[in-house]
Order: sequence, then C-alpha cells, then structure tokens
Amino acid sequence: MTEATSPESTTPDPAEGAHRWPLWEVFVRSSRGLSHVHAGSLHAPDAAMALRNARDLYTRRNEGVSIWVVPSDAIAASDPDSKGSFFESPQGKDYRHATYYTKSEGVKHL
Amino acid sequence: MTPDPHDVGALGDSSASATRITPGFALRPEDIALAAEQGTAKPSEDVAEYALRLGDDALILAQRLGHWISRAPELEEDVALGNIALDQLGHARSFLTYAGAAWGKSEDDLAYFRREGEFRSAHLFEQPNGDFAATIARQFIVANYQFPLYRELVKSSDPMLSAIAAKAVKEVDYHLDHSTQWVLRLAGGTDESRRRMEAGLNLMWPFVGELFEDDALTARIGDAGVVPSSLKEEFDRTTGAILAEAELDVPGHPMATGGGRRGNHSEHLGLVLAEMQVLAREFPGASW
Amino acid sequence: MARNVQPAGQPAPQNPASNGTAQAPAVVLSPEDIAGQENFDAIIAKDSRVEPKDWMPEAYRRSLVRQISQHAHSEIIGMQPEANWITRAPSLKRKSILMAKVQDEAGHGLYLYSAAETLGTTRDDMMDALVAGKARYSSIFNYPTVTWADMGAIGWMVDGAAICNQVPLCRASYGPYGRAMVRVCKEESFHQRQGFEILLELANGTPEQREMAQNAVNRWYAPSLMMFGPPDDNSPNSKQSMAWNIKRFSNDELRSRFVGMLAEQVKVLGLTLPDDEVRFNEDTKKWEHGPLDWAEFKEVLAGRGPCNAQRLERRRSAHEDGAWVREAAAAYAAKQAAKQSTNAQKAAA
Repeated sequence: MTEATSPESTTPDPAEGAHRWPLWEVFVRSSRGLSHVHAGSLHAPDAAMALRNARDLYTRRNEGVSIWVVPSDAIAASDPDSKGSFFESPQGKDYRHATYYTKSEGVKHL
Repeated sequence: MTPDPHDVGALGDSSASATRITPGFALRPEDIALAAEQGTAKPSEDVAEYALRLGDDALILAQRLGHWISRAPELEEDVALGNIALDQLGHARSFLTYAGAAWGKSEDDLAYFRREGEFRSAHLFEQPNGDFAATIARQFIVANYQFPLYRELVKSSDPMLSAIAAKAVKEVDYHLDHSTQWVLRLAGGTDESRRRMEAGLNLMWPFVGELFEDDALTARIGDAGVVPSSLKEEFDRTTGAILAEAELDVPGHPMATGGGRRGNHSEHLGLVLAEMQVLAREFPGASW
Repeated sequence: MARNVQPAGQPAPQNPASNGTAQAPAVVLSPEDIAGQENFDAIIAKDSRVEPKDWMPEAYRRSLVRQISQHAHSEIIGMQPEANWITRAPSLKRKSILMAKVQDEAGHGLYLYSAAETLGTTRDDMMDALVAGKARYSSIFNYPTVTWADMGAIGWMVDGAAICNQVPLCRASYGPYGRAMVRVCKEESFHQRQGFEILLELANGTPEQREMAQNAVNRWYAPSLMMFGPPDDNSPNSKQSMAWNIKRFSNDELRSRFVGMLAEQVKVLGLTLPDDEVRFNEDTKKWEHGPLDWAEFKEVLAGRGPCNAQRLERRRSAHEDGAWVREAAAAYAAKQAAKQSTNAQKAAA
C-alpha cells in the first residue's frame, strides 16, 4: 500500500528496460455517497489496464462501486519533515470547533 | 398472490429459504441445486441437453484457465485470469446443476463421471493454453461468442436459463473487455508480441465455425435457446472491428470439422478430463 | 494465504539493545538525522505509526524491506503447492474455493510488495532477488502437496499459523505494512475455515479418506509449528523487531498459542496431532509441545528442502516467459502516449 510515495520508488528508470510497468495509486468508492478512499497501489502499463487491474485486485469482494487510478508520481505530497510548521497553525485555534462554545450547552437545536 | 412465472422458487416450497430465481437475482449453483431438490427446477430433456453444451464449454475453459494461476506474465494478470476462470466455473456449475436436474444427477456427477464421448464442449474450449497470446486469442473468440449468446439467452422462455444467462452476461461483458485490451496491446506492442498474437489467432480461428452451427436440438428448442447461426453476423462484426483497430487480418483459414456437440472431440479433451477426474474417480461415491 | 515469514537465520542487522539508534557505528549523524531520530523514537514510544516519507533509521528500513518482501515472496511461492491441486480438485465447489484462495494469495503478495515499495525498493528488484535465489520465503512451501488432504492441512495449520502471526502485524509500527495486513487478514478469514472443512469432510468420510487426512496432519504439523521461527533464545531479529513495534509477540509465545488452538480443534476433527507431548502447563499457563527438528528446518531454509529448486524454477519461468508480454504492454503504452501528444500538438497548432 503505497502512500504518497518516495520519489525513488515511483519514477521508472528508463535505462532499466522497457518492460517496467509504472506504479498507480488506487482509490475506491465503497458505496454511493461516500468519498473515494485510498486502497493501495499496483503496477500497470497504462491507465486503462490500471483500472482493470484495480477492479480485479481491490474489488473482488464487492468493495467498490467506483475506482480512480492515479500515476503514483503525479501525486504531490506535503513534506513530512516540515510537519511541524505545515500543520502548526490550526493547533490552539479551538474556536474553530463547536466544543469550544460551552455556555450555550443545553440550548436546543443549536 | 399470483406466482411470477420467472420466479421458479415461488412455485415450490414457500419457506423463507425458497430461492428467487429471477434475472435480477445473483444466482448461485447452490440455489439451483436447492430448486432442483425441491422439484421446482426441472428442465425438459432438450433444455437439459442444451444447458449441458453451455456448461461443458464453460467447465473445460475454466479448467484450462485455472492452469494459468501462478504462471501468468505478471502477478496482476494471475488475479485477472483467476477472476475469469472463476466466472466461467460459476457458469458451468449453474448450467450443469440445472441440466442434471433432468436426470437426477448433480453437477459433480456430470463433471466427474461422464466419459469423454458424453461431453458436449466445442473444440475451441478444449484447445491448449499455448502462450499468453494463444490464450488471449481463445478468450477473444469465446467472449465475442458468449456475450451475444448470453444476452439473447436472457430472453429465453425457460426461466432458469434466463436467470443463469442474466448473471453470466455481465461477467462475460468484462471478459470481452479484458481480451480486447490484450489483443490491442499484443498486436500494437512489439514485433514479437504482434507475431505471437497473429500466431495465436491463426491457431484458434479454425474452431470458430463450430460455435455457430445449428442442429436438430437448436431447432427443436425454439424460444428456450438461441439459434447459434443467428449470432454469427454480430460475431463477425465485433471481432472484425477490434481486429481492424489492431491492424490485424481476420484469419482466412478453412474451418475445422467440429463435432463436440455430438461427443466427437479434439485430441486434447481426454487429457483434460483425465486430470480433472482422476481424484474423484479414485474414490467413487465419496464426499468432499 | 497468509504466510508469515520467520525472521530466521538472517544476521542481526545491528545491536538489538538500542531502540533504533544503532546506525552503522562510524557514521556521523547530521542535524537532520538527529532530529529525525528523535521524531522516530517519539513515534515508537507513543506506539504511533511511521509513514513512508518519515525519516527512519536505515536499519529499520532494511529490516522492514526484508520482512515485508519475504512475506510477499511467501504469498507468491505459496500459491504453487495449492495451485498444484486446482485442476484435480475432487468437486466443482472445492475447485472454485481453491481457485479463489490461490488467487487471493496473488492479491496478498501484491498488497505486500506495494507496502515494501513505499520503502524505496522496486517490485522488480524484489522479484529479481527472488528468482535469483537470493531472497527468502517461508520454508514450509518447500514441502510437496502429495494428496488432496494437504489442501485441508495447509488451510487449517499453515494458514492458521500465519493468521496467528499476522493479526498482531496489523498493528505494526510501519503504517503501510499494518494496513496491508489488515486487508490480508480480512480476506484470509475464509482460508483457514475452508481448510478445516476439507479435513472435517475427509475425517468423516471413507476409511481411506480418513487416513489421507490423518497423514496430512502428521506431515504438516511440525513444519507449521516451525513457521513461527526459531526459539526465542535463538532468534536474532526478534528483540529488535519488538523494540520497533513491528513484532508484538515472541516466536515461542505465538507458537504456544497456536499449539493450544490446534489441540482443541483437532478433537472436532476426530484426528490426532503427531505429538504426545502437547499439554497445557498449569504453572506457566502456556501450551507446550514436543521437540522440533530445527536441523531439518535449517536444511530446508538453506535450499535443501524437497521442493526448493522446483518452486524457484516455476517462479523464474513464469517471470521470464511473461517478459515479452510486459514489454509489449509497456511499448503499446509508450506508443499511445506519443500518439496523444502528437495529436495534442496538432490541435494546438
């Protein structure tokens, strides 16, 4: 199950021979009304085959009604090393959450 | 309440477990066996013989495809061919269970304890896997034949055949897509893959003719079945279009003499059956 | 199915006492490495999860690649002993089940290769190492499946042992591995049951069938116990794996639990285990079993089992025979992409 992958695992090296199939990330919608969720990854020569392989690999037990495939190297990911600053801002801003507002507790339909 | 004529289960035991055999129901072989046991699914002799043909085609193909699992060109393809084999085996079990209901035989009685001459498979399904291109060529022909066949069989006057076909046609639709994708890729890939694709088609094409031959049974069966020759034009059109897109010629070979529907088989079937039946025949009457 | 790999026989990559701090000794750590190590240690201490782009100690990465790829190889090689019976399955129902099971194993191998790929190693490299005989997989698949009852024994005992190993791995500290294992465990739930039911049917069948079942249980018992890896006092990687929250229980602990399950379940089958020393020790509250032949285990691991060469050859030939297909599909994709970009240029012009 590949996450937003490290570049070295996703970029096929052209010098390595023509038979390498690139890596694709698979997202499956388990039922109507829900988001597509990352299910895992697989290898396929192109998008058409990636979709079909995803169908065979990730929906053998009725897991899905819709599939997306995305070339792994097309995914831009946030840098885990800058995690602190990237995700710091929301910390401490409790007023964005309903639970911050305690005085109105018990008032109906609020 | 008036019983739905397409709801075979409703005609018999009205217990909660009564199976709803309708085209919308994802039919399982166990459901058909239950209906047969309850006496609500009893095909006529002709319908049974017709179901036997379709069942044997699917069974022998599943047996062939099963051999690929753990040997496919890529792991993803092990899974894909496995799915197709499982679909075909499912169709086989449904058709054979239904056919057997006419003679008080189970799917396993029919699969494991008939002799070669009693099988009704067409020669195409018996052909060895060959390389991946040969297997794809066989799949390509099979899917382009089975898809219109099952689509038409959904309209069968026999509710059980209709229900089995309704489940099967959706699955075969995918087989059609799978084989098409591979014909295009092998034909348009490398020189070697193109050469192999052409060789595979040449190998399998002589067995196309038998699939579309009418005989006394298909004439007698009327609205319950599908007249094979009525599917030929569509087959020529759909295969022709894909082969044209792949820039491949339709092989011009003369058609081989078939005879599978009368029990005259290729040299290959005996070996397929020897392997398939060996264990069951070693312990006749045993339960597994 | 689920085949877990014993962390056996491999040299310990580093000093097991420290919590991942043991980089190659001569390396001077950069400030980034020091910060990364602190962050990593904090993740492990909180029992949180390490994700692919996080900094991680090289030894942790190497150890995971080794374990996950061995696990994936085991799934793939493990297809063969069961695929051996697909064409001869004695009923169409059993044929369907077996086909679905072997197919699941290919799927599980794929999930695991994907997890390993997030660590920066490609599936091609892992596959090349496997077919070159340089990678390990679970030794048990080097034993032959000589009767239909082996399908039952593999499902019940081999998959059973694998499940014991795998359930705790769902909580492995490396996120992608844990998630792959969740998926594997979910799908695997039918594998052990179908095996048990094969044996149950045989045990209640004709005398010959019953004998076939007992014989299979006799042959697969010891190898399935050895799937948990060497005894704890002789398992070089276990301690470090546990310190990293990859492994959650020791080899002997898992083996003892497994023996306890077998001892109860075999009664339902009406068969016996080929080991009269199986008993529950009231003092330690643990199940015990008779001695295992670790010399044989090492022989098979070293490549001298009954089917090592055959299994590898089959994987190698499938891989090599498929090369032209993989090349064709890649060439077709390249041609289509080129055609599309030409068309796009024409449209733009």
